[in-house]
Amino acid sequence: MKNRSPAMKVIPRLMVTREPYIKLAERTIAKTKVLNQFLTTAAEVFLFIIRVIRNTFSSGFEFKEFLHQCFKIGYKTLPLISITGTIMGLVLTIQSRPVLIDFGAVSLLPGMVAVSLIREMGPVITALICAGKIGSGIGAELGSMKVTEQIDAMEVSSTNPIKFLVVTRILASVLMIPVLILYADTLGIFGSWAGANIKGDVSLVLFFSQAFSHVEFIDFLPAVVKSVFFGAVIGFVGCYKGYHAGRGTESVGLAANSAVVLSSLLIIIVDMIAVQLTDML
Amino acid sequence: MIERQKEIVKAPGNPENGIETVIQITSLKKTFGNQEVLKNVSLELKDKENLVILGKSGSGKSVLIKCIVKLLDFDGGSIKVLQQDMSHLNMEELYTIRQKIGFLFQSGALYDSMTVRENLEFPLRRVKKGLTEKEIEDRVAEVLTNVGLKDVLNKMPSELSGGMKKRISLARTLMVNPMIMLYDEPTTGLDPVTSAEISLLINEVQARYKTSSIIITHDIKCARSTANRIIMLKDGEIFKNGKLEEFENSDDPFVKSFFV
Repeated sequence: MKNRSPAMKVIPRLMVTREPYIKLAERTIAKTKVLNQFLTTAAEVFLFIIRVIRNTFSSGFEFKEFLHQCFKIGYKTLPLISITGTIMGLVLTIQSRPVLIDFGAVSLLPGMVAVSLIREMGPVITALICAGKIGSGIGAELGSMKVTEQIDAMEVSSTNPIKFLVVTRILASVLMIPVLILYADTLGIFGSWAGANIKGDVSLVLFFSQAFSHVEFIDFLPAVVKSVFFGAVIGFVGCYKGYHAGRGTESVGLAANSAVVLSSLLIIIVDMIAVQLTDML
Repeated sequence: MIERQKEIVKAPGNPENGIETVIQITSLKKTFGNQEVLKNVSLELKDKENLVILGKSGSGKSVLIKCIVKLLDFDGGSIKVLQQDMSHLNMEELYTIRQKIGFLFQSGALYDSMTVRENLEFPLRRVKKGLTEKEIEDRVAEVLTNVGLKDVLNKMPSELSGGMKKRISLARTLMVNPMIMLYDEPTTGLDPVTSAEISLLINEVQARYKTSSIIITHDIKCARSTANRIIMLKDGEIFKNGKLEEFENSDDPFVKSFFV
């Protein structure tokens, strides 16, 4: 009797007489708890969004910290993006070339690579890599600040941590991630040219002119627009997870980890929605 | 060092002479879920007084001072800081009143990504805008000297010892000349010598900056060297309120367990 389940506490008489009712009640209570937790989290996310929006448009923008974050998010991610962007184009070319040769369409290789890089592969792969590097970095940094009371210290010293820590990081992600994606696309085309030259001989100018003859403004626009959303997702999820980290050191790792997982998932979902919308245009 | 320890004197504050009440807490209640952490706590902090709050871990001491600066919202009662009701302040008013309160966190809470210099300059640049670089530099040097540290300006917090972190953290709170100091377990995790130095520093700060302080601790040596008055918390309620001597001479087993 000591370790009674919640349902047993609620309906002790039924416990004795009707077993199925107890099971049903237990399931209901368990589901209510899950629903309660879900609604609490949803409300927390909603309030966080409202606070971020309000602080973004209120006076006293932290411009210096914003520039610092742009440097951290943009410049410090360049080496990683350079390597992945180049390899992305190189691999895509090496994999597609034999198939295009079979179909006698090898001359379409630069255009195909450019379109697929700009429209889909560049934004999604770069955003996923940024989610790993930037999202986890923001989650861990803010989580660690939360655990060691640095956010509290900031608040006590009359500094609004949402404005100083969160808004600057989200806006820096929104600005820098599209730039990183365009940079990765460019290096991807360079990588593709290098890949084409492994078994062939194409000049850089010819390769680029062929590549861009197949690319139109409409290919760039949706990619840039969805890149902005990818940036917002990475910045927001990283900040949310870090800012709402628990009190122990374990929560720092958890915040970083969940920031990567959730932002990666949301990037795929945003991409799916963006592709559907672009398809309708 | 030993000489300095010997110099530890009672804080110069004198509550009998202090007329103004800088913090007034009335029937404060705070719960976390089903757990009632603070139950009907009422206390006053007089001007230039060092009030030590003693209690076991989990008795609600840290929650109490976090409620004072509204890092935590309270569920009932009222807190008046410098005669302003904390529950009726908007964000701007709250930030203004917080500029008059210095808070020394248990962990020091120095900003990891900033050097000592940037940590010290941070509150000053945000609160007192329009200061020249020279004025800021002078203020940093003055405060660092007051906490007994030099040559650490360009170090990162990770390069400092526990005692140095506490000193820098204290220096950071002093940058904006607070009227009230709240110390959350200032000597926890420090060796006895450094603990005594921090206790001495608390008295020096009080004498130099004319602050009124609440010192949360379970370190009796710190309490003995800093307290003008002591409040003991037990299970979220005030168990005893009085002078150090009253605690030292008490026959109550709970009080005795602290003052052995």
